[in-house]
Amino acid sequence: MSEASNIKMQNPANSKKMLLAMVGIGVISAFLIVMSFELTLPRVTRLKAEALEKAIFEVLPGTVNTQAFGVAADGKLFEIQEGDKPETTLYAGHDSDGKLVGYAVEASGQGYADLIRVLYGYDPAKQTIIGFQVLESKETPGLGDKIAKDEQFQNNFKALDVRISKDGQLRNKIITVKQGQKQNDWEIDGITGATISSRAVGNILGESTSNVVPVLYENYKKESNEQ
Amino acid sequence: MSNEKQKVTSTDEFIKGLWRDNPVFVQVLGMCPTLAVTNTAENALAMGLATAFVLLMSNILVSLLRNFVPKQVRIASYILIIATFVTVTDYAIQAISVELHKSLGAFISLIVVNCLILSRAEAFASKNSVGRSILDALGMGLGFTFALFCLGAVREILGNGSIFDMSIFPEGYQSWIVMILPAGGFFTLAAWLLVINKVQTKKAKS
Repeated sequence: MSEASNIKMQNPANSKKMLLAMVGIGVISAFLIVMSFELTLPRVTRLKAEALEKAIFEVLPGTVNTQAFGVAADGKLFEIQEGDKPETTLYAGHDSDGKLVGYAVEASGQGYADLIRVLYGYDPAKQTIIGFQVLESKETPGLGDKIAKDEQFQNNFKALDVRISKDGQLRNKIITVKQGQKQNDWEIDGITGATISSRAVGNILGESTSNVVPVLYENYKKESNEQ
Repeated sequence: MSNEKQKVTSTDEFIKGLWRDNPVFVQVLGMCPTLAVTNTAENALAMGLATAFVLLMSNILVSLLRNFVPKQVRIASYILIIATFVTVTDYAIQAISVELHKSLGAFISLIVVNCLILSRAEAFASKNSVGRSILDALGMGLGFTFALFCLGAVREILGNGSIFDMSIFPEGYQSWIVMILPAGGFFTLAAWLLVINKVQTKKAKS
């Protein structure tokens, strides 16, 4: 009882001090955070752009030039202007002779911990996926993050079948199967110990390829007819 | 009381965190990152250093403000200070290497709730001068990093057959997956605690 009244007695004098302390620390904190954000931003954007470029070269071997495109609602490709944020971003990669190597497509989906963002390379001439990279993931270190490092898993994406059937759709949707049970060219061999993450990769690729690959293939056919 | 404090030499302040009062092996603080991020030596080292940095910076600021913050709101202000430096560290790590940021993932933000940092702010920095707080933070931070590395190295060697991503066992080695799973963290921590306790009791007896 006496303690309670004590606190009441102290309050008027102290609350001003408390408020001052909290606001003061809050201002210092805000200043520090904004400062470090501003200081690191240019470098972080540069590193991210570099990482993206490296990933494109990785998924489209032989590429020297890249060009960013977006996919419009009517299924046409358009060049991305500065500041554009289309739903699907993709990069056309050309080799040193100016010939098209393929398209690198960004895709994302829910993983075990958070969104997983990936980039895959599509070769329209061969109608296969020829490369795959994880751009961003918060999957469990040592387990789920094997989707980015595991060599056996990465081997899945050297030739993943995404042929188009006559009606203009994907013949087979990409899917992840249990480790060691891959039988068809459009199946991804999963990882034991990273079941959810490797399945998520299958889902992301399945969704993205069934939307984007038909568009890209149409586009590729038109362009090669024109030449 | 203050006389007694003066007797503790500066080196003592630094050394105690490394061995006698090691935050992981003796105080058993900060178990969340200790168990979660120590599945490889590299992750453990990066996490330890990030934590040490946050500990150092928050100790400095808490010590500087120790006469200014009223008692009633001290915990709230410590948490605010710690959260600030965790955010700063997050940006810094991103600027150093996107790869490293990728591999530490969500655990950087979780440094905020590491009770080691809060306990040093409350038990030490809020009662001692800036210089001593820096020494204390350095000792505790390095002790924490050292302990994390001990766990990470053992778990990576047994669970993955490698150290710093370099294979050290011949091709046929069957790795113990359990060691990089959460259960392996508990096993390894228990084993280390056993060893450290044995050594310390032996020392106390002699």
